[in-house]
Amino acid sequence: MMNGNDVWILAIESSCDETAAAVVRNGREVLSNVIASQIALHTQFGGVVPEIASRKHIEQINQVITGALKEAGMTLEEITAIGVTYGPGLVGALLVGVAEAKAIAYASGKPLVGVHHIEGHVAANFITSYPGMSAGDISRQPELEPPFICLIVSGGHTHLVVVKDYGEFDIIGRTRDDAAGEAFDKVARAVGLGYPGGPKVDQAAKEGNPHAIEFPRARVEGAPYDFSFSGLKSAVLNYINHAKMMGEEICVADLAASFQNAVVEALVSRTVLAAREYGTGKLAIAGGVASNSALRAAMAKACTENGLQFYYPDPILCTDNAAMIGAAAYYEYRKGTRHGWDLNAIPNLKLGER
Amino acid sequence: MKILGIESSSMVASVALVTDDITMAEYTVNFKKTHSQTLLPMIDEIVRMLELDLSEVDAIAVSGGPGSFTGLRIGSATAKGLGLALHKPLIHIPTLDAMAYGLSGTSSLLCPIIDARRNQVYTGLYHCEKRLETVLSSCSLEIGELVKELERQEETVTFLGDGVPVHRAFLEERLGDACRFAPAHLNRQRAAAVAALGILYLEEGRTETAMEHKPDYLRKAQAERELEEAKRQGKVKELAAGHSVGTGKENPGNEAEVNP
Repeated sequence: MMNGNDVWILAIESSCDETAAAVVRNGREVLSNVIASQIALHTQFGGVVPEIASRKHIEQINQVITGALKEAGMTLEEITAIGVTYGPGLVGALLVGVAEAKAIAYASGKPLVGVHHIEGHVAANFITSYPGMSAGDISRQPELEPPFICLIVSGGHTHLVVVKDYGEFDIIGRTRDDAAGEAFDKVARAVGLGYPGGPKVDQAAKEGNPHAIEFPRARVEGAPYDFSFSGLKSAVLNYINHAKMMGEEICVADLAASFQNAVVEALVSRTVLAAREYGTGKLAIAGGVASNSALRAAMAKACTENGLQFYYPDPILCTDNAAMIGAAAYYEYRKGTRHGWDLNAIPNLKLGER
Repeated sequence: MKILGIESSSMVASVALVTDDITMAEYTVNFKKTHSQTLLPMIDEIVRMLELDLSEVDAIAVSGGPGSFTGLRIGSATAKGLGLALHKPLIHIPTLDAMAYGLSGTSSLLCPIIDARRNQVYTGLYHCEKRLETVLSSCSLEIGELVKELERQEETVTFLGDGVPVHRAFLEERLGDACRFAPAHLNRQRAAAVAALGILYLEEGRTETAMEHKPDYLRKAQAERELEEAKRQGKVKELAAGHSVGTGKENPGNEAEVNP
């Protein structure tokens, strides 16, 4: 089944609190996707502690890489190139993956391709098959190809981009303050749902009424595609404080559902507007928050109503993973991107920057 | 036997290839550039200079700490990546041991000191007249405590390491004629010493797999220490990992806020 023209990427990702490695064929087919999560470890601190994350990465990285190769049934010799996330993220965490990837590429004589973490999230939408995929999950017909509009939503990012070609982005909208995922984390913490906030709020909201509390929807004057979540976050915190002062019981489910509804409305309205204005006909979502069930449902509905084709990665490909890095690395590799042995981790790497 | 040595535990980036009792190549840079940018290009340089096939090395010896947490991890990840790709064992060399070993043949007591800030040093005490003997193994000490220990030893002591410029005046004042300081070509971490000590370790079979290897920081992360302290004082509820965290109020994500 191995074809001489096939490109096999061994990808490594360690930008935050997941140590991950994957083997990806031709940017679309994931043969293995190994993730060692540290969530349980960081929960006791109420969030990711960078030094502890870095320590865990170094302890797990070889197991994860070896596991990814084994699961793919491949040897390092059969790999075409090594892909690695070099930013943005926690610098100490990134450095582990970068140093490891460079040493492996160097010692095995393979090209090295550095990948932007967020471009990796976008590239998760290119993946057509992955281990553990259920038969009903084949929603990638036809395969996604640029151009398309992509909403990137995670704990650190809220961007609306036009993906003009593989690895080529025009940023048309961004958050003016908090990232969407950050708002989820803060609200989750305030109501005692804990870390990680996104999945906890999503779960709690399933039992609640999304219209129970009317939280404000912020618009940014003169910037139709920009987002703002700090006002919404403050409104939620004020609501909680007010209730506490009055000695009123808070219905966490209603609050979570109402907050989530406000975030989802802001995200869906701008993304659909962009897809219509830019006439791409295709719309994708990416990043950790893209696994939010309410966002996926609302976006799917809006896309159907507006005749747009909707693409979304499986939840396992929305969280930090190396399969998406392998998909992005493939297109970079095809374009001729090669990084040197002096590749450094860049914690604040900007989208579209090389 | 061929050993590749890697030393990146401090400001010094250093790589070396030692074959039996000869240093074939050593490349040491003590400059501000990050090890992430320097270390692998330096390895590549000595490999090309020596026309070396990396698969010929018997093991990769890495300075395993204590030192800069990030520096240690860059060296460690580089060694682990090389070990994984080349299917070679790693050798974990305690950083302070290698520093003392670099002064082999010295008759005085050897005291490497690595600046750990706030008057703390990572240190150890050694004799290495014929072979390396540990008097006090790697530890973190307040500089005054170290001096008290040295006063008990009543021996001439030779200092080296980046703690010297920080504490030299204090050491001279307290220890007077009993202190010596290693000269510029011997007073910092060097990969040749790591690799040379690695040869001895390899002969004794003291290797580990690339998968097993991890740095020895000697210190817990600040957040861990603060959490333990807070727990001891009963300020933080014991939290089972993976469960929701009460009101969350007593568990801010910011390291500095954990201890009120």
